[in-house]
Amino acid sequence: MTALVEAKGLKRFYKVGSGRTRGTLHALDGVDLSIGTGESVGLVGESGCGKSTLARVLARLVEPTAGSILFRGEDIAAIPLRRFVASPVRPRIQMVFQDPTESLNPHLTVGEAVADPIRRLTGVRDTAEIDRRAHAALERVGLPEVLIGRYPHQLSGGQKARVGIARAIAVEPELLILDEPTSALDVSVQAVVLKLLADLRDRLGMSYVFVSHDLDVVRLLCERVVVMYLGEVVESAPASALFEAPAHPYTRALIAAIPDPQRRGARPPRLDGSPKSPIDPDPNACRFYGRCPIGQPVCGTTKPPLKPVGAGHSAACHFAGPPAETLGSQGQ
Amino acid sequence: MSAPPLLAVEGMSLDFRTRDGRVKALDGISFEVQRGEILGIVGESGSGKSVSAYAIMDLLDDNAELGAARLDFAGADLLAGDRSALRGMRGREISMIFQSPRTALNPIRPVGKQIEDVLVRHGPVPRRQAKEKAIAALRKVRIPDPERRYDAYPFELSGGMCQRVMIAMALACEPMLLIADEPTTGLDVTTQAVILDLVRDLVDHSRMAAILITHDLGLAGEYCDRVVVMHAGHVVETAPVADLLARPAHPYSARLIAATPSSASSVDGLASIPGNLPNLLRDDLPLCRFRERCDRAIARCDSDPLPATEVAPGHLVRCWRPL
Repeated sequence: MTALVEAKGLKRFYKVGSGRTRGTLHALDGVDLSIGTGESVGLVGESGCGKSTLARVLARLVEPTAGSILFRGEDIAAIPLRRFVASPVRPRIQMVFQDPTESLNPHLTVGEAVADPIRRLTGVRDTAEIDRRAHAALERVGLPEVLIGRYPHQLSGGQKARVGIARAIAVEPELLILDEPTSALDVSVQAVVLKLLADLRDRLGMSYVFVSHDLDVVRLLCERVVVMYLGEVVESAPASALFEAPAHPYTRALIAAIPDPQRRGARPPRLDGSPKSPIDPDPNACRFYGRCPIGQPVCGTTKPPLKPVGAGHSAACHFAGPPAETLGSQGQ
Repeated sequence: MSAPPLLAVEGMSLDFRTRDGRVKALDGISFEVQRGEILGIVGESGSGKSVSAYAIMDLLDDNAELGAARLDFAGADLLAGDRSALRGMRGREISMIFQSPRTALNPIRPVGKQIEDVLVRHGPVPRRQAKEKAIAALRKVRIPDPERRYDAYPFELSGGMCQRVMIAMALACEPMLLIADEPTTGLDVTTQAVILDLVRDLVDHSRMAAILITHDLGLAGEYCDRVVVMHAGHVVETAPVADLLARPAHPYSARLIAATPSSASSVDGLASIPGNLPNLLRDDLPLCRFRERCDRAIARCDSDPLPATEVAPGHLVRCWRPL
């Protein structure tokens, strides 16, 4: 699989506070990410881990502080935001946002909302052609013709989600970035939207970056999963390997927290507390240290790099490996 | 089930008068909560889960018309008697926690003071002892460093911490019933697990019972003892949770289980539920409100009142053609 996107050393810092409380918030701290053509990559982690920031940086909605994003070999991170809007790459990367109600303009009808990006991004000026493309996009997401004149408040949650997807695919992007696209939907509607996304990917050959806190959804839709913690990637693996043999203790804790009727009564160890502050983190310590169930003194003094632990599988932990192995190697 | 239930709801119906007509939000629902159990109420948005809780708590708006054959709590009839006395009892003995804890807390009052307010209002706790009790309440929900957190404002705490404060507040008067309405929506899975472990422990080790309202069947499966499935203002199925997940009898329950991502091994394996909830404003609602979405419907579904069939011990289904 050739890489569509190759991101290297992505950083996004925010200056916070003033005077003596001044600091730098490391929202994204040196992330490498490669996305193959037609590949679906899931980004998971707790709130504040930087997954949404990464999605926005990749979509060029947020300027990275450092790093490069090679899109088909061209570094798009080097293009200033103002110029990027007019770049031919702009329509190639599209985003679907979390809340379908918040992300649609209440004053635009369904038809207008979908036609808008076509008019702005593709350079097509012919009204009939814009109309044709908008209709095609709406048809692809399964929205009936009668809804074209409706406003967002006249639609159900599932219909609004479809409009958000139709807008994004109307300009035929190669990379679709989805930020929690189903978290506001009921399970029955979520099922329909997930099937639609899988079907669109197969038919249009798009690559997906799928941000979600729901690991079950990621498991169903993604080939590869990237786990983030406090602005860094702690594990990256093919989905099946990640769920069957998670190598990082944080990933294991995340998986153990998925509700599971089979586990009823048996209480796996829970991950309590919250992550450390993302403001000026210790560059020499593992960011999970202190909350980690298997942390050792070395974790407080040497930061573990992301290293391979299997085929296409890497983890950033001194004691990466299945739980049993890790416990055995602790005494060494 | 020989012991009398803690809460018995029988034939409860609820209409809302609106400008557009009457919304028939609940139609003859019945369920019980036993002492020492967590009862799950599951269903999609608009199925009537939350309004059922509001009805029990007497938190309905003025345009609501509530009727029930029976609404008993710990031997007291919640339908008869002095409303303000009942309200006091509800506050003491039934507590409720809501979604989005940050909006349910007063943003300009320290969280410890907010717990004190509840203690002083409902309990025989004098103000000067209240602080100690409030700190004890924070400790009980495992908030680290409760003496310092007592002075914290909601914005200084994470979402998970705010929800723990809500639970501390709900538990401060040691209620007999805790109603948790989607308590972990919007929280991380790691926090969700910690919060629900806590509720489970409290139910197992005190006299408290709980109702967990959720749309997540996986969650209900891990934490509830019995589950009530609701659809469009009807209770369609009631069963012990393992029994429901393994052998759903109502076509809606079966579809809902199969639409849950944790139950599927691929996207193709996910089931969907055709159609939407019927508009509850309609005057011609079919007797079975799932009829128009159901692939097993027969003529009888709209002509004869639905039977309540016991397909296994404690497993009730309201359907003419159960699975």
